Amino acid sequence: MAEAKNPEITPELVAEHGLTVEEYARVLAIMGRAPNITELGIFSVMWSEHCSYKTSKKWLRTLPTEGPHVIQGPGENAGVIDIGDGLACIFKIESHNHPSFIEPYQGAATGVGGILRDVFTMGARPIANLNALRFGAPDHPKTRHLLAGVVAGIGGYGNCIGVPTVAGECQFHESYNGNILVNAMTVGIAPTDRIFYSAAAGIGNSVVYVGSKTGRDGIHGATMASAEFNEDSEEKRPTVQVGDPFTEKLLLEACLELMATDAIIAIQDMGAAGLTSSSVEMSSKGGVGIELDLGAVPRREEGMTPYEIMLSESQERMLMVLRPGREDAARAIFEKWELDFAVIGRVTETGRLVLTEGGETVAEIPVAPLVENAPEYDRPWEPTPPSPEIAAQDVPARPADEALLALLASPDHCGKSWIWHQYDHLVMNDTVIRPGGDAAVVRVRDTSKALAVTTDCTPRYCYADPVRGGAQAVAEAWRNLTATGARPLAATDNMNFGNPERPRVMGQFAGCIEGMGEACRALSFPIVSGNVSLYNETSGKGIHPTPVIGGVGLLDDVTLAMGIGFPDPDLTILLVGETQGWLGCSAYLREILGREEGAPPPVDLDAELRNGDFTRMQILARRARACHDLSEGGLAVALAEMALAGGIGAEIPAAPEGVPLHAWLFGEDQARYLIATKNPVAVLADAEAAGIPVVAIGRTGGEALTLPGSAPISLTALREAHEGWLPGYMDGK
Amino acid sequence: MKAAVIVFPGSNRDRDMLMALERAAGKPPLAVWHGDADFEPVDLIVVPGGFSYGDYLRAGAMAVHSPIMREVAKRAQAGVPVLGVCNGFQILTEAGLLPGALLRNARLKFVCRDIHMKVETAQSLFTAGYESGQVVRVPVAHHDGNYFADDETLDRLEGEGRVAFRYCTAEGEFDDTANPNGSIRHIAGIYNETKTVLGLMPHPENATDPQLGGTDVAALFDGLVAALH
Repeated sequence: MAEAKNPEITPELVAEHGLTVEEYARVLAIMGRAPNITELGIFSVMWSEHCSYKTSKKWLRTLPTEGPHVIQGPGENAGVIDIGDGLACIFKIESHNHPSFIEPYQGAATGVGGILRDVFTMGARPIANLNALRFGAPDHPKTRHLLAGVVAGIGGYGNCIGVPTVAGECQFHESYNGNILVNAMTVGIAPTDRIFYSAAAGIGNSVVYVGSKTGRDGIHGATMASAEFNEDSEEKRPTVQVGDPFTEKLLLEACLELMATDAIIAIQDMGAAGLTSSSVEMSSKGGVGIELDLGAVPRREEGMTPYEIMLSESQERMLMVLRPGREDAARAIFEKWELDFAVIGRVTETGRLVLTEGGETVAEIPVAPLVENAPEYDRPWEPTPPSPEIAAQDVPARPADEALLALLASPDHCGKSWIWHQYDHLVMNDTVIRPGGDAAVVRVRDTSKALAVTTDCTPRYCYADPVRGGAQAVAEAWRNLTATGARPLAATDNMNFGNPERPRVMGQFAGCIEGMGEACRALSFPIVSGNVSLYNETSGKGIHPTPVIGGVGLLDDVTLAMGIGFPDPDLTILLVGETQGWLGCSAYLREILGREEGAPPPVDLDAELRNGDFTRMQILARRARACHDLSEGGLAVALAEMALAGGIGAEIPAAPEGVPLHAWLFGEDQARYLIATKNPVAVLADAEAAGIPVVAIGRTGGEALTLPGSAPISLTALREAHEGWLPGYMDGK
Repeated sequence: MKAAVIVFPGSNRDRDMLMALERAAGKPPLAVWHGDADFEPVDLIVVPGGFSYGDYLRAGAMAVHSPIMREVAKRAQAGVPVLGVCNGFQILTEAGLLPGALLRNARLKFVCRDIHMKVETAQSLFTAGYESGQVVRVPVAHHDGNYFADDETLDRLEGEGRVAFRYCTAEGEFDDTANPNGSIRHIAGIYNETKTVLGLMPHPENATDPQLGGTDVAALFDGLVAALH
């Protein structure tokens, strides 16, 4: 594409750069002339879906982003919330779907590297990584290879840089056969008075490049992520970046060391669209111009053109504006860490991005129109037709013990330790609650506090009813935090969808946003950062709508952090929340009866709030010895997970009247929790006073789980079902 | 006890180790940057876990050529106790302070989980706080922890009581399911001839804090503090 140094800008070349005829007309209007190839490349990446959010902006604006503890909402590298003690939590989730499908190890690894940089760019030390993964059907020929590569890549990067990977989710569905999802989230901590932003300032100040050298890797990554795949997608392998976690570790330590001084005015990582997006963001936010001498950019390959230098997505690089006179001190830090440090430009008053090479201007673009006049679309959309409600009585019942064992051994609901044993989840010595529960809990160093973190989404629900599914994803994340005793504070969202140019897909997007917005408002759970990944579609087949919610909650007292495992026998098991036995769109319906249909469970946000607040209050009053939220697979799966996590069984003598047994055990009614307690009288009295539906359903003890009307299922049998599937599958069984 | 934790580019359990040492000693140990080879005299030197130099070439292979490792070797020969954990163990074998090598895990994957190991002998500076044969729970987190040495070396290690810890079941049995990485003869840690240098793959620094689910290895640090104060 950029073989010739100054090719003529033909309509074909414009189209190859993903710009429509109308968009190109807009470029001409801004420039007042035809752009050269470098300028065309810059417009192309800045106006790609990935960088411009041109399709999603209109909808994202409707999400609640503010709250009393929000310091910075969407628009910076990551969201920032106040957690007290002079500390802020900085976090964001981001997708690396397209590259991970093409080259799973590097795609996933650089996804982790990218989100880590987004967080430490703002001054935070990363303390936890999470992820949300979706793969195609287990029997699809690529699934095993993609899963192995993605997990190794996430581990390879996170383990080396030394940030624990503490939570995540992983599910399978044929809709992801051609488009897997790899969403990575990082959570970090910074002093509230030392948060760094990207707005360049100070005319004449130095613009400094640090980190790795620039190569030809990843050119057009952002553009690739803004189009559908077809049969030739594997030929896009050269657009996938290559990660170097060791260099990122050095960059992290060097940046944090420099950030402890007053040298930095602004800093921005070079992620998607590399030097282009970082320099444009910094000048746009600061309302200034930037002039860069491309000859000064450290590079590892000969003969790179301005086009290639500006569009490279080489990893582990940062751009900074330094206070005058601080260059030498900054250079000394980066040299200590053996990283490149180069003054490559300066801040100007022109409001223009000017690129020079050998004294000649090779590109010049007015920044404000490049950013502000970017295209924005209100694409046509149509709502998803409602799915029929399925009455529990109309769903055939299977023996409860057999159904439970089958669910526990199903790809979506089996134990995922094969995955998280490959992630160092303990480094940093602060992991209080490890992977495998509702949310992970990590301590906040030098305080009595801890953060609970989780990622959640149930795409099956979103596909059947986007509004309900969007609300449920938020509610489940909120519940998972609550079940550890944490107060949910804020969320980050990763919107993974198909081709938005199809009205049905756009309707899924709009619907999920509507549901998410309702839930976030009702639960005071603002979205402070996020990422949109569209065009997850291959040859016209889109993925299930997958709006992943990454949630962060706060525990003021880390000693109160609650796990899911039954710790002792002879505890009373209480069920919080109403159970009507909703089997529509359930895991039971899909895994046991092979039917993927029906309306998903309604989400009563008032009940979510009241039941959740009640449950948290019981945990903080030290009345709960274990707590778990109910989600896919319902009561039976939650009981089994609690028994397995604690190594102690339970007996549930009888189901209530009026609900079919299989619906009571496997229904996916929302707003529910299980609490194991020594003091059921006090909890039930509180519940009655507060008007919360809570019932005692059984007791812990023994080495088996006994469900009403079934023979006891030994913990050994449960464990074999739960732990067996994934390792067996990966071994080719 | 005055301890020093050596920090290489790419070390990442240095903070964990500093925390565990401070917890036991009641005062912060030194963190010594690899460029600072003339650090002050200390009672204990720790080479922590991580990915020094990105594990490029081979785990631990680059760190050995750092001037500070020549200093560590000199002090080890002079009798200063040295503890190498995970990547630190790899570095100590590369440096020749301990025999054998750490190969890629038998299952070829990174493994992070709690395991059990048996204290082979309480007759050392590092294990004075234990009974011989005691089983402790401790996490591992490594990709290259598969200990290997030739039979002659292994026989000598065993004959001289220099196998420090072996992977075992919670009940203390040796079997392959309890061995997370395929280490020969289930070896998790070994001593040098004078038992003043210990290398081990599991992470004792992650098992000293009740909030984190286990304190089985606090006795190792407490024992060191008692012996070296």
